[in-house]
Amino acid sequence: MPPLVKKLLWSLGTVGILLVVNQVMVNGIGGYGIPAQDYYVRVLTLVGISIIAAVSLNLINGYTGQFSIGHAGFMAVGGYTAAYISFYYGAGILNTLQGLPLPVALTIRLFISLLIGVVFSALAGFVVGMPSLRLKGDYLAIVTLGFGEIIRIIILSIDSVGGARGFSSIVQGATEPPDQRMFEFLKESIFFWVFLFAVITVVIVKNLVNSTFGRALTSIRENEIAAEAMGINTTRYKVIAFVISAGLAGLAGGLFAHYDNYLNTNSFTFVKSVEVIIMIVLGGMGSITGAILGATVLTILPELLRDLQQYRMVIYSLLLIVIMIVRPQGILGRRELSLSGLFGKKKTV
Amino acid sequence: MLQTFIQQIINGLALGSIYALIALGYTMVYGVLRLINFAHGDVYMIGAFVGYYAAQKFGIASASGQISFGGALILMMTAMMASASLGVVIERFAYRPVRKYPRLTSLITAIGVSLLLENGGQVLFGADPKFFPILNSAVTYTFGSVTVRLTDIIIVVVSVSLMVLLQTIVLKTKLGKAMRAVSYNLDAAKLMGINTDFIIAFTFALGSALAAAAGILVSLSFPKIDPLIGVLTGLKAFVAAVLGGIGNITGAVLGGFLIGIAETMAAGYLPQSLNSYKDAVAFAILILVLLFKPAGLMGSVAPEKV
Repeated sequence: MPPLVKKLLWSLGTVGILLVVNQVMVNGIGGYGIPAQDYYVRVLTLVGISIIAAVSLNLINGYTGQFSIGHAGFMAVGGYTAAYISFYYGAGILNTLQGLPLPVALTIRLFISLLIGVVFSALAGFVVGMPSLRLKGDYLAIVTLGFGEIIRIIILSIDSVGGARGFSSIVQGATEPPDQRMFEFLKESIFFWVFLFAVITVVIVKNLVNSTFGRALTSIRENEIAAEAMGINTTRYKVIAFVISAGLAGLAGGLFAHYDNYLNTNSFTFVKSVEVIIMIVLGGMGSITGAILGATVLTILPELLRDLQQYRMVIYSLLLIVIMIVRPQGILGRRELSLSGLFGKKKTV
Repeated sequence: MLQTFIQQIINGLALGSIYALIALGYTMVYGVLRLINFAHGDVYMIGAFVGYYAAQKFGIASASGQISFGGALILMMTAMMASASLGVVIERFAYRPVRKYPRLTSLITAIGVSLLLENGGQVLFGADPKFFPILNSAVTYTFGSVTVRLTDIIIVVVSVSLMVLLQTIVLKTKLGKAMRAVSYNLDAAKLMGINTDFIIAFTFALGSALAAAAGILVSLSFPKIDPLIGVLTGLKAFVAAVLGGIGNITGAVLGGFLIGIAETMAAGYLPQSLNSYKDAVAFAILILVLLFKPAGLMGSVAPEKV
């Protein structure tokens, strides 16, 4: 089979499976007594968003070895921009697309909002990364932390996105009476969109790290001076990786905005950045499946520990310290889980 | 106009001496371990809370929540001893086990310890703010339209004395000499028969005690304390350490005063609508320093050896 056809089939298969799962989860299967799984839809949607955030952070922290702790800042930029577009221009976009069937128009509207969010967070990544990636290790960490906080303070002072009140009824928009079409559409399909984008993120990051570009990033992680001596423009590669990572973080933020229909800067504090870091540290820095594993475990864990809500962050921080002491490379380290690996098949190179 | 300026300078000196005290802890730990001790700001918070509970336990504060100068001194001693022990415990059980791994591991561990203290504090002390006793001799002196609080004078005098004491320890005692040796080259110091583990623990104890002193001094001036007060203050103090040149003790003091004054100036001169940006001033300074003079004002650049 030609590779292009194979890829096409894989993509179609993935979309199909996601659509079916989405249908079953949201509506249940009438005749077979399987009810709609609202609770699981909610938890799994959050898992999907966490996967996007963790896998994208892994690109810069795990593969490039640059320790950024401002990921929440980029999620905030993407989230707020996408929300802004949806809120103020959503109705306009739908009007322009009047001839198209409604679901298609709504999909295009969602894509436009998300895309502009991604562009803005990538731009923010460029602005932050350009000066600060010249720094190393601890300094980079503290600068990204500072930028993350500054981004949050700036958003907090913009009144058109709600300021300290938070940004509510994002998908309904500013019109009177509220336009419920997008809301109803997302209620049916946000699970599908989140997982579709999670798959896309994983594919992007996987292809990146397995390319020449990815090998350059790994060489920077292993030894920056040696990488430079081999002719790699380290700053350039670091900035590109940082911009991609920030853009994908913005995607996670945008999806979160459309899922929750409410944004508040309190969701994007330093603690949020640390949560994403714990995900990749737990799963293994420099492993995509590790990041997915970490994101899944750490999103579901608080649900299971609901009674211990108060102690959640205490447990998280203890967990972080213990992992660092016992197994600093995380559960998977830099290895990847794969189906063939699981069934003991030998990998052919 | 001039009076506003002088007033902000005075406020800035008081605030700056607090930042300087905390920055000393960052800079000393960075000196011996090359580690940003993220938990340092939270040790400062714990210091304030130890003082708060000690005041209740010892019955030092009067019913109306006032204490004498001597009482405050006792609280400070208690808090300094408690925080010094906490610093040693943190070093022993969190940082020492990861010392053999890459530096990033220590950094993540430090973030973990910081979060543990903050969230543990919220569980233990409650998230709602507590009110620290205030000095009963809280007089205000007025010169023209410039007002000086006695508390501010006490803050500056006590912190400067502590800094002089620290300088004496580092420069005149054998322990201090050992600290400088470890900071210069840990492995060589070990070969010279210095018990490096002990020196590192001692450095943590010293830094944490200074942070606790800062915690008590701040609480005397701004009595509202909660488990998260260490986050922002700690970060700003860290910026002060970087500004002065991290690893350099004089630099930390200088940086502390500069950050303190810059912040009160921002608070005094920025229009009301931009006042929320006052906390961003320190970060803006940090970014500028790192871009244009990464070694800080008094630090020296060590070329990276391959």
